[in-house]
Amino acid sequence: MTASIALPRARRPRGSGTLPWGSPAIYFVGFVVVALMLAPIAYIIIGGFRTNSQITADPSALPAPWVFANYAEVLVSTTFWGEVLNSTVAAVVTTVGVVALGLMASYVLARYRFKSRGLLYAVFAAGLMFPMTVAITPLYLVVRNLGLTNSLAGVILPQIAFALPTTIIILVPFLRAIPDEIEEAASIDGCSRLGFFWRMVLPLALPGVITVGILAFIASWNSYILPLFILNNEATYTLPLGVQAFASQYSVDTAKVLAFTSLSMIPALVFFSIFERRIVGGLTGAVKG
Amino acid sequence: MSVRTNSPAEGRVDADDVTAGGGTPSPAPGRVAATSPRPGRRPRPDRPRRDHLKTIEIAVLVGPALIVFLAFVIFPVVMAGYYGFFRWKGFGPPTDFIGLQNYVTILQDTAFHEALWHNAIIVVMSLVLQGPAALLLALLLNRPMRGQSVIRVLIFVPYVLAEVVVGTGWSLMLQSEGALNGLLEKIGLGGLAQDWLADPDIAIWTLLGIITWKYIGFAVILFLAGLQGIPQELTEAAQIDGASYWQIQRRITLPLLGPTLRIWAFLSIIGSLQLFDLVYIIWGQYVASTAGTSTMATYMVANGRNAGNYGYGNAVAVVLFLISLVVALVYQRFVLRRDTAGALTERTGR
Repeated sequence: MTASIALPRARRPRGSGTLPWGSPAIYFVGFVVVALMLAPIAYIIIGGFRTNSQITADPSALPAPWVFANYAEVLVSTTFWGEVLNSTVAAVVTTVGVVALGLMASYVLARYRFKSRGLLYAVFAAGLMFPMTVAITPLYLVVRNLGLTNSLAGVILPQIAFALPTTIIILVPFLRAIPDEIEEAASIDGCSRLGFFWRMVLPLALPGVITVGILAFIASWNSYILPLFILNNEATYTLPLGVQAFASQYSVDTAKVLAFTSLSMIPALVFFSIFERRIVGGLTGAVKG
Repeated sequence: MSVRTNSPAEGRVDADDVTAGGGTPSPAPGRVAATSPRPGRRPRPDRPRRDHLKTIEIAVLVGPALIVFLAFVIFPVVMAGYYGFFRWKGFGPPTDFIGLQNYVTILQDTAFHEALWHNAIIVVMSLVLQGPAALLLALLLNRPMRGQSVIRVLIFVPYVLAEVVVGTGWSLMLQSEGALNGLLEKIGLGGLAQDWLADPDIAIWTLLGIITWKYIGFAVILFLAGLQGIPQELTEAAQIDGASYWQIQRRITLPLLGPTLRIWAFLSIIGSLQLFDLVYIIWGQYVASTAGTSTMATYMVANGRNAGNYGYGNAVAVVLFLISLVVALVYQRFVLRRDTAGALTERTGR
């Protein structure tokens, strides 16, 4: 059993070189499905290039002429960039926190032997039973009692907590799959158990760590219900709240709302296209035995 | 290929208990302590001290995660059960103990009954709409061919986008003067134009359409993962025996894909019961009930936090949780039993 067994992998075709073409019928179905999936997104992006009078006159037409004013106005607004900054800070700190805490806990659960280990694992795993929606009302009260409403910390800490079960469940098998022989060899060479953690475990578990980190980042970036409860001050809004606030504030200015919405999805799309293989592979790995 | 439980108690032997002769080809003579910098020279250190050190290591490594987890997940959930017995506006300690009155109110409220009914529709129709479609797509995309990975990624895009982005876009598109009706008009199907969001007869189907669009990519990816776990030798052998493509899918692929299908159905059911974001964004808290798309979660937020009745909101949360739990346990007992012998919560444990 080697560490590579646990690595989630995107589907790779057998053998290398070029693949055969599929039958035209398959491509036709694929084309239709992809078109259905992308049409609403295209509507949002292209709609941002139109004026309101264009949209009113014919809601489903292409821009004629293309207008860049909507995007330009959003891009120079400090509100938008403030929300981008808030979302980025929340997502980055959440990701770092989840990875750090999750990795430390998973390391113990995977490689230390002690009496209450099974219980500890069960406690974390039980977290999967409590989606944030269920706990949101008391969670808001906890955060309020800590005085963390209207601060990003009030969003970040619960996000870390709720991401821990998935993180630990994904990471523990990774860490357990590192052969004992490596640990023994390291200890023979004078490496302490914590030294082993830094020098061997981290590099070997990197694929799992990246998967977990990406999941945490995207979940935080898209998170809605928690910021909705915690953040009431516009200055602390993250992008999802910002999009909604913008949409209700400028409800008559459809074109601008579309521009704002499409700009706010760019980071997620870019992030997804960079790590696409890892995300798809990570989900694949989660169900593959 | 299948979902196996990975019990933490089984499997590995800790380094503490591995001696050099214990079946592992270690060249070092005698036992090597992990903390010993110079193996072989020193006698093995006394156990109590090492155990002590190990305890500290465990505490330092698990402590932070455990504290954050208990404080922000377990504690709020427990408190929800406590607050649910009070009439409480959320300020100061709850004092107005009313026993089960909140729960009686919930169970008698027709608005909650409607929300529960909508959740039931969403649970069933999500399975019916997404399952077969995703399965067919996964079968199509499972053949090695050019462009396959591009299609797979593009189908997955809606799943990655924020619910807010998706909801805002759809709600603009589906307005009665929106792009969809405009498009239908333009291609001569103006008769099909509807008041997609406001008409109570249609709104729930609109919601189901949006849910399908948003989450089908996830199902396809899961199914593709499951399909890859099916050994190609089996289909090849069946081909040699003269089985047709559809016979192979029916007799070999589907049964072997069973565990994946059942796990997906489980995740879909739980997600449907907890549905909040899309409804709340597209319909808002008040319109959702008149349009017939309210869910238990939107009911909870509208009647709990937004109305300032925190005790009541917590009671709704408890009801929502208990319903999810019962559904999960029943599903676990009767459907997932074949796949997982372990705890329900280990369902994603590879």
